[in-house]
Amino acid sequence: MHNFTPIASLAGGILIGLSAAAMLWFDGKIAGVSGIVAGILRPVRNDWQWRACFVGGLVAGGFIMRLVEPSAYAFTIPRSSGAIIVAGLAVGFGTRLGNGCTSGHGVCGVSRLSARSIVATGTFLVTGAVTVFVINHVFGGSL
Amino acid sequence: MKANLAAFASGLVFAIGLCIGGMTPPSKVVGFLDFTGQWDASLAFVMGGAVAVYAAIYPLARRRVSPLFVPAFSIPSRNDLDGGLIAGAALFGVGWGLGGFCPGPAITSLAWIGAPVITFVIAMCAGMYFHASISAAARGRSPRTTAVPPAMVDA
Repeated sequence: MHNFTPIASLAGGILIGLSAAAMLWFDGKIAGVSGIVAGILRPVRNDWQWRACFVGGLVAGGFIMRLVEPSAYAFTIPRSSGAIIVAGLAVGFGTRLGNGCTSGHGVCGVSRLSARSIVATGTFLVTGAVTVFVINHVFGGSL
Repeated sequence: MKANLAAFASGLVFAIGLCIGGMTPPSKVVGFLDFTGQWDASLAFVMGGAVAVYAAIYPLARRRVSPLFVPAFSIPSRNDLDGGLIAGAALFGVGWGLGGFCPGPAITSLAWIGAPVITFVIAMCAGMYFHASISAAARGRSPRTTAVPPAMVDA
């Protein structure tokens, strides 16, 4: 179980908002992680470098936080390898089919009141909640 | 060069925000999505903080003729609600609830070099590539030779 962390979460959210705003202000881009990664997998000339730099920054930021707090952000979840693979495939395929994820739709799109992003965000919150409900109540919390 | 440095710095700050905000542990994400159980509302504060800041800066940025380091903005302009958007978002939500990872936190968590996150990221990339292959086949082209993919700009 995790504790309720409104202050830390708000601070983290503010950093995410500032970072996404910097991507817009300096590079004119939407900070949507799924789209940025997809553009590296299927590179277009002179449009993959900034994407690789952003993803490199994500991993570098992770390493910094790992040095600061070696265990605080550890990922433990009662899921089998098979469930993790299915989850990854669904997230990869779904974010491309839906043109975005939590960052592109949930943060950037909702902020600029994009109808598509508001509908997408509502949709993935609902199906995410239903999935967790089914895992917790039908499968006893692990899968 | 400046644009790439800005992208690196943005990614770095983004990752630190994800970690501090609590987006990286899958169990915390699952706790947030568990509305009917012991709901941990923390991650609503992540989204609230990020949206408040971005919504404040977005109109100021768009008032500029161009971004600072590149010639033009790349902002999606679509406003239609199609089946792909809803089906894709629905499928993403299922994967998010199942694995506890969305793309940003998964990439950030690669820094911890754990088997589950590496497995997840490989599967996620495979899912993205699978979608690219299908949509390229639908257009009668191979994914590598697609000149300007319409789905490249997100959201």
